[in-house]
Amino acid sequence: MKELLRAAFVIARRDFSATVLSRTFLLFLLGPFFPILMVAVFGAATTPMSASDRPTVGIIASSKDYQQLQIARDRLQDTFGALAMVNIQQVNPTGRPQQSGQVLASARPGYVAVLEGGLANPRLVGSVTAQSGTAKQLRLMIAEARRATTGTGDEVNLPVMLASPSPSAPNSGAQALTARGGQSLLFLLTLLLAGMLLSQLIEEKSNKVIEVLAAAVPIDSIFLGKLLAMLCASLVGIAVWAAVGAAAIAAFAPTGLSGLPPPAIGWPVFILLGVVYFAMSYLLLGSIFLGIGAHASSAREVQTLSMPVTMAQVVIFAFASVAVGAPHSNKAIGAAIFPLSSPYVMIARAGEVSDLMPHLVAVVWQFLWVALFLRVASRIFRKSVLKSGPAKRAGRRRPFGLLTSLGVARSGS
Amino acid sequence: MLRQASPQSWTDGIAVEAKELVKDFAEKRAVDGVSLDVPTGSIFGLLGPNGAGKTTTLRMLLGIIEPSSGERCVLGHTRPIEAAHRIGYLPEERGLYPSMNAREGIAFMGALRGLNLSVARRRADQLLEENGLGEWAKKPIRTLSKGMAQTVQLLGTLVHEPRLIVLDEPFSGLDPMNQGKLERLIRSRAADGVTIIFSTHVIAHAERLCEQIAIIAAGKVAFNGRVDEARAKLRPIVRLRTRERDGPWRSVLPPSARNEGGEWIFELPKTGPEPLLKALIDGGAGIETLAIERPGLHEAFVAIAGDAAARAMATEPEEIAQ
Repeated sequence: MKELLRAAFVIARRDFSATVLSRTFLLFLLGPFFPILMVAVFGAATTPMSASDRPTVGIIASSKDYQQLQIARDRLQDTFGALAMVNIQQVNPTGRPQQSGQVLASARPGYVAVLEGGLANPRLVGSVTAQSGTAKQLRLMIAEARRATTGTGDEVNLPVMLASPSPSAPNSGAQALTARGGQSLLFLLTLLLAGMLLSQLIEEKSNKVIEVLAAAVPIDSIFLGKLLAMLCASLVGIAVWAAVGAAAIAAFAPTGLSGLPPPAIGWPVFILLGVVYFAMSYLLLGSIFLGIGAHASSAREVQTLSMPVTMAQVVIFAFASVAVGAPHSNKAIGAAIFPLSSPYVMIARAGEVSDLMPHLVAVVWQFLWVALFLRVASRIFRKSVLKSGPAKRAGRRRPFGLLTSLGVARSGS
Repeated sequence: MLRQASPQSWTDGIAVEAKELVKDFAEKRAVDGVSLDVPTGSIFGLLGPNGAGKTTTLRMLLGIIEPSSGERCVLGHTRPIEAAHRIGYLPEERGLYPSMNAREGIAFMGALRGLNLSVARRRADQLLEENGLGEWAKKPIRTLSKGMAQTVQLLGTLVHEPRLIVLDEPFSGLDPMNQGKLERLIRSRAADGVTIIFSTHVIAHAERLCEQIAIIAAGKVAFNGRVDEARAKLRPIVRLRTRERDGPWRSVLPPSARNEGGEWIFELPKTGPEPLLKALIDGGAGIETLAIERPGLHEAFVAIAGDAAARAMATEPEEIAQ
């Protein structure tokens, strides 16, 4: 065991250095910021457009009526969000009977409809139906404005208090949101990062180093070393992204995360468990990916494998998601026992249930499965891939060429 | 069925021992009952054409692949990986990480074999200096010439000072100068008591370097023993030129004697050279020249492995030896 770990460390050190000190790792670190950059650039450009794109209703009314309507609209916007609300704009009444028609016909700002008659006798004129969203919103605004005028139902005092639900009760409350968020983040990171392991042995197979490694150290060490190296490289990436994210939140939205419901187990332990379960999830899926990818003899084969592997991850995530909101259900326990979904289920559980002991059991359980997966993967690799023999012949290749012998071995005598 | 023997059941003074090793692949039997004894501190050559089973045999001996049946014991271990720290292996197809520099590449191979990394780096520097590659120590391996890269890999094989060195076709791809350097290096390590096994399809290398050889053909060991024993399988060859074309002396020549360009070539009779010489003189041959040649390893190889194997060897690109 000591030699296995020593050799794994030697391989992990080489792989980690080769990965982290490469130029492509910088690109890897910048990768997640590209979508954010896109949102920042295109979001900035589209925000004013989306505001102007929303339908605008001309309000032919006195300043007093319009002001009340505007206050009502702002109040509703706080509830439903800016994007959901139509714009309104005051048009000073001229007293002419044809004013609404003239306003509608004007090119700017381009009203979809015109409200006339003030709050007392409102009438909507325009290219909208009585059942349209615009008409419904204006009814609501007028009702709200009238309530404000009469002084009844102006504001609703609704104190909100947060408390842990009964363990037997289905929890669809605030902590389920945190649980779901943690689970989704874990899945997203694993999905993004574990797939890299599919191609981890391609380099050694293409540059023939695999024979040097296989002669010097146990195959288990090669697999373990590669797995640990990529886990460490991924954790470096996550640390960088988290640091940048935290700095951005501190700079631009100091209270950004304060609204998130705290997990049942508390933030520090939840974050720590998040790291642990990411590592376990990465190791569990990674050991399988490493084993599958080890049979691929080219980057093309790895690309072919990527899609089914991604789909399998999505299925596992879907299975794990049943645990959110019902951490004590049979489904949740079943998903926690199934090793591949176990980390996702347990991080969700940490969001909803405060017990620590199940996490200790789960980590040990998952670790045993990592060891088993690695052992099986290395055995299969040794038996089916690391073999000598005649060169493969055209027309006799097995599907995807996965089980053909290594290039290093083919030319041997 | 692969049997596991206890180290006690293996022979003392033998660095590598194989008993009836067999390796089957889906389509063919690559190695068919190979048995070898490699004495400690000897230079042992595995001789045979490509496809004979040399590399597969070496891989089984090193534990890279498992035999289908048979046993092996390497430096007292029936699981060769347990002796990995005392073994150096240079595969036929050289494998290095191209982005690593020469120094780190050598140190990495040493670390794989149990060497502390800082010690491995120090030794790598020393080895590179000794082999004239000091100024290339920090250069990425991808920038080195093929010969330099092969030297780097060889140094990586030796950096942990192994007691057993296994070289698979080590002369392949080397220029004559580097072949000579490699031969000297093999001899110097052997002088230090290191056991060396190398495979080759170039008979000249085996003839110059090896104390013991195994000739492998079609997955089987056709001969296993000392080089002089292999040569002794053949009678010395007599090359005779006479002034007289015919005469009573012709009856002295064995029936298998052949004439090539006026020169008679035949095996020396078991009675030895003196009776032959006397009979030729008495028979009035008029001896112009007479040479008795000891057969070389090539002739022994032809006799042992057969013409087909010899032809296969002859058709392969042969390196020019020192």
